[in-house]
Amino acid sequence: MHKHLLSMDQLSAEDITKILDTASSLRQMTSRPIKKLPTLRGRTVCNLFYEASTRTRISFELAAKRLSADVINFAADSKSSVAKGESFKDTAWTLEAMGVDAIVVRHGSSGAPEQLSRWVQASVLNAGDGAHEHPTQALLDLYSIREHFKDLEGVKVAIVGDIVHSRVARSNVKGLVTMGADVTLVGPPTLVPQQATGWGAEVSYSLDDVISDVDVCYLLRVQKERQAEQLFPSLREYAAIWGLDSKRVAKMKPDALVMHPGPMNRGVEIAADVSELPRSIILDQVANGLAIRMSLLYLMLGGPEAVSA
Amino acid sequence: MTGYLIAGGRVVDPSSGQDATADVLIVDGKVAEIGSISDAADAQVIDAKGLIVSPGFVDMHTHLREPGREDEETIASASAAAAAGGFTAVCAMPNTDPVADSASIVEKVWALGREVGLVQVVPAGALSKGQKGEKMADIGEMIQSPAKVRLFTDDGHGVQDSLFVRRTMEYLVAFDAIYAEHCEDAALAAGGQMHEGDRSMSLGLRGVPAAAEELMAARDIELARLTGCRLHLLHISTAGTVELVRKAKAEGLRVTAEATPHHFSITDSALENFDPNCKVNPPLRTDDDVRAVIEGLRDGTIDAIATDHAPHALEEKDQEFSYAPPGMVGLETALGLAITKLVEPGHLSIAEVVSRMSTQPAAILGLDQQGRLARGATANICVFDPAATWRVEPSSFRSLSRNTPFRGWELTGKVVHTFFEGRETSRDQVAELESA
Repeated sequence: MHKHLLSMDQLSAEDITKILDTASSLRQMTSRPIKKLPTLRGRTVCNLFYEASTRTRISFELAAKRLSADVINFAADSKSSVAKGESFKDTAWTLEAMGVDAIVVRHGSSGAPEQLSRWVQASVLNAGDGAHEHPTQALLDLYSIREHFKDLEGVKVAIVGDIVHSRVARSNVKGLVTMGADVTLVGPPTLVPQQATGWGAEVSYSLDDVISDVDVCYLLRVQKERQAEQLFPSLREYAAIWGLDSKRVAKMKPDALVMHPGPMNRGVEIAADVSELPRSIILDQVANGLAIRMSLLYLMLGGPEAVSA
Repeated sequence: MTGYLIAGGRVVDPSSGQDATADVLIVDGKVAEIGSISDAADAQVIDAKGLIVSPGFVDMHTHLREPGREDEETIASASAAAAAGGFTAVCAMPNTDPVADSASIVEKVWALGREVGLVQVVPAGALSKGQKGEKMADIGEMIQSPAKVRLFTDDGHGVQDSLFVRRTMEYLVAFDAIYAEHCEDAALAAGGQMHEGDRSMSLGLRGVPAAAEELMAARDIELARLTGCRLHLLHISTAGTVELVRKAKAEGLRVTAEATPHHFSITDSALENFDPNCKVNPPLRTDDDVRAVIEGLRDGTIDAIATDHAPHALEEKDQEFSYAPPGMVGLETALGLAITKLVEPGHLSIAEVVSRMSTQPAAILGLDQQGRLARGATANICVFDPAATWRVEPSSFRSLSRNTPFRGWELTGKVVHTFFEGRETSRDQVAELESA
């Protein structure tokens, strides 16, 4: 397995399959009454978060603990050395000096995990960097889709919303295309630039045109500040044209799924009732996220003996 | 010793069209003789066989950082870097702290340059007070100061207010001075980290569209037409801007332009590993833009190669990409990149490179003792080896800063001697690197 996980670009179809398969067996193990595995006993994982996060940080923390690693949480907030002006590099070197084995990093600046990986010996896992990538989110999404359709090849996925600012979209497109899925990016042109066709995805400006044809409708969070930037006239108009409501759900194939990386803006990209339909697997995504992160820590830190065990 | 005899080199002087093997005798700071010289017994002889003897290079666009950021560069260190790179004149950009928007500051920069004495430091003045684009700087006073400012710019920013541009251009006409623009529409470029295109989309970095540069270039060309002012477009980087300049020149407007070595050498693909040393403004563009810039340099649309030498402290560059300031140093790699990227592939001749690096920028800036190699002229000379290769090792730079994306590159074209006012200011820029 790779030393770092910075971008979905690094992962071949074989890599992804191995990560998903490992997650699958770990998921079975953690459904037992005693959920802990000893694999990473004595190893230290640091969550280094320069942006607020709930589910990703907790998910990584729990994943590391289930594998018996020691976990440090470092939030670069007003109470930390970062507030005193410590640079990213010095913070990284400080953690390195304490002997951490892996750094899980979230940062608002695209590329920060890749820069970090050049400064430290520890493994670096990208937990979301700017508008660049969020590979563990993509892997858990691939896992969730594969669980339903058994195979990712040929699955039709519409990713709807703010593609231009979304690291989730970038990682998902790369992962889905690598696995042979058909991806369509949907939203207004201010949020779905033509350049996205260079990623091997289709672009559509109409959700109504694609909704009846897709196996997965993946909704992205539409941040309220995008309205202030004049990327669309109002959240109301966005919801009317690109939101998933029950009328549009009624046009979906019977077995098609609704997904969302969270946190949701109910009433904007997703109607409140839609998020609670059986075809909505948003909470499964969360549960699968734990298994995916365990899988990655296991494969990246467990060493060859752990992998073969 | 009264001087130097530069013997047996290929003398390339675009100002006179000379390109032939000749000896050059320097006596008392002047070019005493060019030709076949046998009678120079007391001059130090410099064997220039296989070397090019050209007028010293003139950089139209240098950030010397003094006053204000002497940790990044000083007039002394920038002068040394310039001499090492074969330059005998640099135009000092005014975005210092304080901004060079008054006679006292440009005079200070000019005087410090003379005190250092390695190159002619030619101060540019700000167009507006504090470079805020609102109130006119003390333009006439700067022109009439000993610094004799000729080029005015708010470089670092484009001037957004078109009425301010018009008024300033009109005013500059009285002095036949140059309005120089950093073409960047602030609203379109806001928050931009790199060129907007496939790569910025893929990397999740906010892009600066080519249109942000081209809109302002087009506006300024129209205002130059309206006012009759001389216009110089700084560091042009897109195919569209090159075409705008080409058209303006064809119409007979008094428009000149420069391009940097990095904009003809590398593209936005260099950003793929998020190296802050590749962050620069205007940003590295696409292959098509690089081709257009090279064609513009070849056909004369672009008059000058200018470095936009922009030193930054290590701690400023060694941080998150989006927090790092834009800019790269360039004085000590300019010739090597020009030979490697323009001459070796056959785009420009040696004489054309010398013209873009020396004769033409000297003419634009009105520097009558630069850009030519004539008998009786001040001996501002660069002697370079067009075939020697060397490896870029930033720790050997004379500049105080190291922010270059060309670390480790092997370049062809090496400065061997630089003479400023007849004194040797640099020898064998890179000889100590040969072992690397």
